[in-house]
Amino acid sequence: MSNATLVSTTVNGDPVQFACPTDESLMTALRNRVGLTGVKEGCGTGDCGACSVTLDGSLVCSCLVLGVEAEGREVTTVEGLSEGGELHVLQQKFIDHAALQCGICTPGFLVAAKSLLDRNPNPDETEIRYALAGNLCRCTGYDKIVHAVQAAAKEIRGKDKRSKKRR
Amino acid sequence: MGHDQKYVDKKYEVVGERFNRPDGIDKVTGKARYGADASAPGQLVGRVLRSPHAHAQILKINTAKAEKLPGVKSVVTFEDMPDLTGGDQGLADILENCMARGRALYDGHAVAAVAAVDEQTAAQALKLIDVKYKKLPHVTDVDEAMLESAPVIHDRIITRGVEPAPTKPSNISARTQMGYGDVDAGFAEADVIIEKTYKTEQTHQGYIEPHACLASVNPDGSAELWVTTQGHFVFRNVCASLLGLDIAKLKVTSSEIGGGFGGKTHVWGEPVALALSRKANRPVKLVMGRDEVFRGTGPTSSTSIDVKMGAKKDGTITAAVAELRYQGGAFPGNWAMLACMTAFACYDIKNNKSIGWDVVVNRPKVAAYRAPSAPMAAFAVESTIDVLAKAIGMKPIDVRLKNVAREGTIAPYGPTYGPIGIEHTLKAVKDHPHMRAKLKKNQGRGVACGFWFNIGGQTCTDLNIGVDGTVNLTLGTVDVGGSRSSMAMIAAEELGIPYEQVRANIADTTSLGHNDMTEGSRGTFSSGMATVFAARDAIGVLKERAAKMWGVPVDDVVWENGQAVATGEGHGNLPPLSLKEIAAKSGRTGGPIAGHNEVVADGAGMGFASHICDVEVDPETGRSTIVRYTVVQDAGKAINPDYVEGQFQGGATQGIGWALNEEYIYGDDGRLQNPGFLDYRIPVCSDLPFIDTKILEVPNPLHPYGVRGVGETSIVPPLAAVGNAIANAAGVRMTHAPMSPPRVLAAIDERDNAG
Repeated sequence: MSNATLVSTTVNGDPVQFACPTDESLMTALRNRVGLTGVKEGCGTGDCGACSVTLDGSLVCSCLVLGVEAEGREVTTVEGLSEGGELHVLQQKFIDHAALQCGICTPGFLVAAKSLLDRNPNPDETEIRYALAGNLCRCTGYDKIVHAVQAAAKEIRGKDKRSKKRR
Repeated sequence: MGHDQKYVDKKYEVVGERFNRPDGIDKVTGKARYGADASAPGQLVGRVLRSPHAHAQILKINTAKAEKLPGVKSVVTFEDMPDLTGGDQGLADILENCMARGRALYDGHAVAAVAAVDEQTAAQALKLIDVKYKKLPHVTDVDEAMLESAPVIHDRIITRGVEPAPTKPSNISARTQMGYGDVDAGFAEADVIIEKTYKTEQTHQGYIEPHACLASVNPDGSAELWVTTQGHFVFRNVCASLLGLDIAKLKVTSSEIGGGFGGKTHVWGEPVALALSRKANRPVKLVMGRDEVFRGTGPTSSTSIDVKMGAKKDGTITAAVAELRYQGGAFPGNWAMLACMTAFACYDIKNNKSIGWDVVVNRPKVAAYRAPSAPMAAFAVESTIDVLAKAIGMKPIDVRLKNVAREGTIAPYGPTYGPIGIEHTLKAVKDHPHMRAKLKKNQGRGVACGFWFNIGGQTCTDLNIGVDGTVNLTLGTVDVGGSRSSMAMIAAEELGIPYEQVRANIADTTSLGHNDMTEGSRGTFSSGMATVFAARDAIGVLKERAAKMWGVPVDDVVWENGQAVATGEGHGNLPPLSLKEIAAKSGRTGGPIAGHNEVVADGAGMGFASHICDVEVDPETGRSTIVRYTVVQDAGKAINPDYVEGQFQGGATQGIGWALNEEYIYGDDGRLQNPGFLDYRIPVCSDLPFIDTKILEVPNPLHPYGVRGVGETSIVPPLAAVGNAIANAAGVRMTHAPMSPPRVLAAIDERDNAG
């Protein structure tokens, strides 16, 4: 490997180290060096969103980020969504609403949808559609995806209300 | 064992409900493994070198420098893939399409391949392969390719279906004619005749997952292939033929598939990966880049279509003729023939004629794309029907209803229709609240119909009952969109047990007999039928075991609600035996309990649909926005309505993209200008509203549950539904798809200037 550089980073809350060439994308590093194949390559040029991850909380296409740029930062992928033994609400709603058919775009959508709901817990339909416009899906026509995100948002707001009440 | 496939009306316990799919958790957690997600020890990275020319002689390929680069373990050209096809032209075309043999036939045609220890070395190796090309004249347009002056791509092509046969080769591989009646007499009867010509540009299936495989060949001719595919059994047969391997020794495992829509029913990289692996004696992982997918796989045809239709003032269509010119890419195909079958299939027209011309051009070899050839023909015919309706002053939906095909109508391609759902869908559309919704300024509404004939095919299924009464259903049809849940539901329904007790899996090629591809909307229909029969097979065994456990004749045992029940004299006091109880004792009553079925599923029901589209056209930019869309389609029987709706919505969306934005743009140099998702613009989430769906169920008499395939029909109506809506919104009749903003604007300007 030419230009091999050691990268120390945090992925889904865990400290991770890997070596990659300086011109390798974060997407490739996550898939091939860290073994997180939940990050998908759909195009490699930032047009499809299948490789979506968050980098220090910002939604990015990992194919447009270099592996070495992850040094000292926090990366989250779809593999980091569920906590403990439980699926994240978004994941459960995607299943319940049949918001996936082939499922290849699903990891990217989940990361993007979580990023949206973290910023805006009560998005309307238009806000959801524009927030997800960077993720291509060829199977579903987006209908059930939007319904799933709406359902997840509603449940998360409900949980937050209830947990706020208890205090 | 013979089983009756005739439809029987019944009350369902499981079928028809919206169960969660069993593979959902793997897919939402990133655990599910697709084509590029497998790895093998010592694997090499495979990369393909592609022609940058639309048409060129390959004078020489010098691979010496590439082979010497440290880290390169094998380099292949056509010389490493000898022609073992034994005169089978179809197979020979596939071989040549996978790897050029002396001539590059399109921009993106594979000319060589390398396998190296890592991505960087492989990329460098490609650069070191020296190919000497001699450019040849090229042609990429279907109409231009038919001219006498066009460069002839294959000297061997003499047009079939023309009497007398031509004496010179051309790019026209075949002429097809279908239909019946006397169209001249029919036109003579007409009060109004409309004649129009349409053009549709080339589109790609656009699956988000590029082609990918991991191939590993051993020196003894045994091999393994992990691949994203719509049919791993067919891939096995084709790869075995091309590489001279024994079928049983080539184990093909279907990964999860990230979209296919017909585009993963053919091999491209797989034989090359196997050849690289064989030469290097190491596993080779070959993954296509997105630009390679656009340039080097199988988009659908671009077309040029003439339609002439005549009608009486009362709306009766007296004659209809279509002449359909379809390009199949660089090798001959049957695409225009398919178009002839579908063009007028929704209607009962006494005098109809379809003539199809299959043409080769210097473009990638065309592959099937969801109801292949039908969307373009429907664009032309359904648009013309609206023009016809306007000319006689009748509502377009009423013209359609007046001429609709019914049970007993003879299809243009020959067979007589059994019970079909097109009239039901049109009536449902007419009654739908969408038709009465108010339209705003610059908005218009269009309706269009579509048809796909669906197929059955070879299917082999196993059902094995575990000692705790849970069931493994082993399928050979690839699950492209969630059908394994429907299969589990069918097994549960037949056995009379809860859905959660059945687990469906897709097996590799060593575990089952041949299964045809998941294409032609056959998955749920065929695997569903085989599942029913395998379950009934297992029920036969369960009854035998119960009889043994009770010591009664097996004829006195019936299977009801998941239990064996003893009938007949003297057995009334025997409590029923559940599947769990029988399974628990199976080790002592005769061993594992299983059911098995092979069937050539015949009698696939035809799928008809009618769509309603509301569009808003911006008169300043020509941009069309879909503001409301409704799909009404006959599914025969919706096993899991969530997934039937999903097919409706997904197909409609692909059709909308085709109608509004998607096209292959070729330069004068014959090179594809937009091989990426930025400039090949598929619909995104913000382009669309929710897509309403209405599932109709006109049972297919030749399936035990009445199932009709649903996967394809929904891509057929949208082009015309959108075109008809644009006509009503902006007052311009679009005849060139996609109806992109520049084209619509040009049409608006032309109309305005004409005054």
